Amino acid sequence: MGDHLFEFLLRQGDNTLILSHRISEWCGHAPIIEEDIALANIALDLLGQTQMWLGLAAEVEGAGRSADDLAMLRDAWDFRNSILVERPNGDFGQTMMRQFLFDAYHVELLNRLVSSADERIAAIAAKSLKEVEYHVERSASIVIALGDGSEESHARMQAALDDQWTFAGELFETDAGDHALNDAGIAPLPSELRAGFNARATAVLGDATLIIPETTFAHSGGRSGKRHSEHLGHLLTQMQWLQRAYPGATW
Amino acid sequence: MSDQNTSPRTEWPLWEIFIRGQHGMSHRHVGSLHAPDAEMAIKNARDVYTRRNEGVSIWVVEAEKITASSPSDKGPMYEPSQSKVYRHPTFFDIPDDVGAM
Amino acid sequence: MYAQMVKSENTDNGPELDAFQVRIDAGEKIEPKDWMPAGYRKTLIRQISQHAHSEIVGQLPEGNWITRAPTLERKAILLAKVQDEAGHGLYLYCAAETLGVSRDELTEMLLDGRMKYSSIFNYPTLTWADIGAIGWLVDGAAIMNQVPLQRTSYGPYARAMVRICKEESFHQRQGYDIMMKMAQGSDAQKRMAQDALNRYWYPSLMMFGPSDKESVHSAQSMKWRIKINSNDELRQKFVDQTVPQAEYLGLTVPDDNLRLNPETGHYEFSEPDWSEFFEVLNGNGPCNKERLEARNKAWDDGQWVRDGMMAHARKKAARAAASQVAAE
Repeated sequence: MGDHLFEFLLRQGDNTLILSHRISEWCGHAPIIEEDIALANIALDLLGQTQMWLGLAAEVEGAGRSADDLAMLRDAWDFRNSILVERPNGDFGQTMMRQFLFDAYHVELLNRLVSSADERIAAIAAKSLKEVEYHVERSASIVIALGDGSEESHARMQAALDDQWTFAGELFETDAGDHALNDAGIAPLPSELRAGFNARATAVLGDATLIIPETTFAHSGGRSGKRHSEHLGHLLTQMQWLQRAYPGATW
Repeated sequence: MSDQNTSPRTEWPLWEIFIRGQHGMSHRHVGSLHAPDAEMAIKNARDVYTRRNEGVSIWVVEAEKITASSPSDKGPMYEPSQSKVYRHPTFFDIPDDVGAM
Repeated sequence: MYAQMVKSENTDNGPELDAFQVRIDAGEKIEPKDWMPAGYRKTLIRQISQHAHSEIVGQLPEGNWITRAPTLERKAILLAKVQDEAGHGLYLYCAAETLGVSRDELTEMLLDGRMKYSSIFNYPTLTWADIGAIGWLVDGAAIMNQVPLQRTSYGPYARAMVRICKEESFHQRQGYDIMMKMAQGSDAQKRMAQDALNRYWYPSLMMFGPSDKESVHSAQSMKWRIKINSNDELRQKFVDQTVPQAEYLGLTVPDDNLRLNPETGHYEFSEPDWSEFFEVLNGNGPCNKERLEARNKAWDDGQWVRDGMMAHARKKAARAAASQVAAE
């Protein structure tokens, strides 16, 4: 169970860490000041959640590592985030589409985790849920606005959806560890979250006048750690640069 | 500067933001921002002016829609240059307690 | 400062101007709808937007290290700080907008080089210690100017500065905190900290602008209370405050002529190389090109987003109006 729990916590913390990192790349480069500020808020929320998830992961592991050690000193194959969040930002539309797809999953997950049998997880979920309810409200509005907006924004949002849809499926992948945690009342099966996600995605993407791709194919390999995309390694070379270049230094 | 000459000006309108904190005070003007519509103005206000604290109430008013009094009793040298406070976002005092909301 | 070399104009004359000056001298705040001399308005637009532009361009050198911050906490602090700068740009643009210009107009003038931003943001951030040095020195220098500006004569500007000063209080401290960690750290970290001080010392002194003792522009701006202190006054105050802080860190200020004059109680120090300052202002700083390119790219790439969201808002309003008509 300990291994499954550790793995589960890494999946949460790595998703928020890597997505936060990607969003933070927008800082100073967003389409308008108001969006720059809003994106930074989302990145900050996710970073705060990362500290909680990876902090608990480190505690559960009991190997003397800290949340920072987990973030800064693991190599790509030890990361457990889904591939969706490690993909490059693309244009603002792709960033917001990825955000909406992740938020729509994230809010379903946290809604279930608030009643986790593990109180530490329930507490992190309760704090995160308040933030993520706002994230999904905001990303949904922007997806709707840009999908419905101009000819160009519509085309870009449809392209973003076509590009990202097959990466959303991995969020619902369910393995033996998930079953073990579900049996213990700690976490829901990811597959159970799909219906709520689909309902929200269908409504929002419909309002956005976008068409969900018909494919049922889903990319895979991030949350199991078996095969990340090439992008993660490059992200880590930036994120971990100082810790790797000056081992043991205090900052 | 790709097509600024060909596309029409599409600056997002200016909105005045009023926030009521948790302590039952009335709404007070805290500043302004740009947004395409009222719904986004409220969201932007949460992000810019409250850092999304719980329990606050936000009003947004399009700056153009506000009618303001003229600075009248100060004599002829203070003729109003405009009859509306369009683009007069920080017209009101910023309360000291906003930062704590 | 964040607004450097702002040209002050005074073209008005007559009884209005006299009455206006009486109000300023009495410490009254000038509000957007009040009568004001055209020169006052123009000078303020220049000064406030230059300050706003500096906040926005100022996101870039520090933003350069957000993805490389060494710990999760440092990353959160830096991101929050750079976000604050965007917010401060926003408040200041709003203050400028009360004077009858639009934010888009001001933005375009920044992007095509008609308006300037502070020279300091044209210097590169090469190591993590530069993030410390910017917080400590650059924000430290900015605060020198911004605190008195809370009492400036133009109401919206003064109120923006109040909010900015309140939010900025942690910025300099976080920079100094980074420097402390580095100065107490490994040899490499100490060298990094010293190197950052070496590179940022003179550019920080330049932020205050050249001596303005003889400047007619400064005299006019001070009369209008949109400039409160002279450049030399603020620079001296900055040096007096910063040198002991450097000593505490065990770092050496890169100035062989630096010494405390026991009679005046002030430090004597070398002037920065003003020819370098003017080169930077004229576009020849180490990063001028990159900074403007980055801002132009963000603006151009964002055009479809701004247009698209506006198009949706119009459609939504039209649909609401149509359904109202249908209901009646």
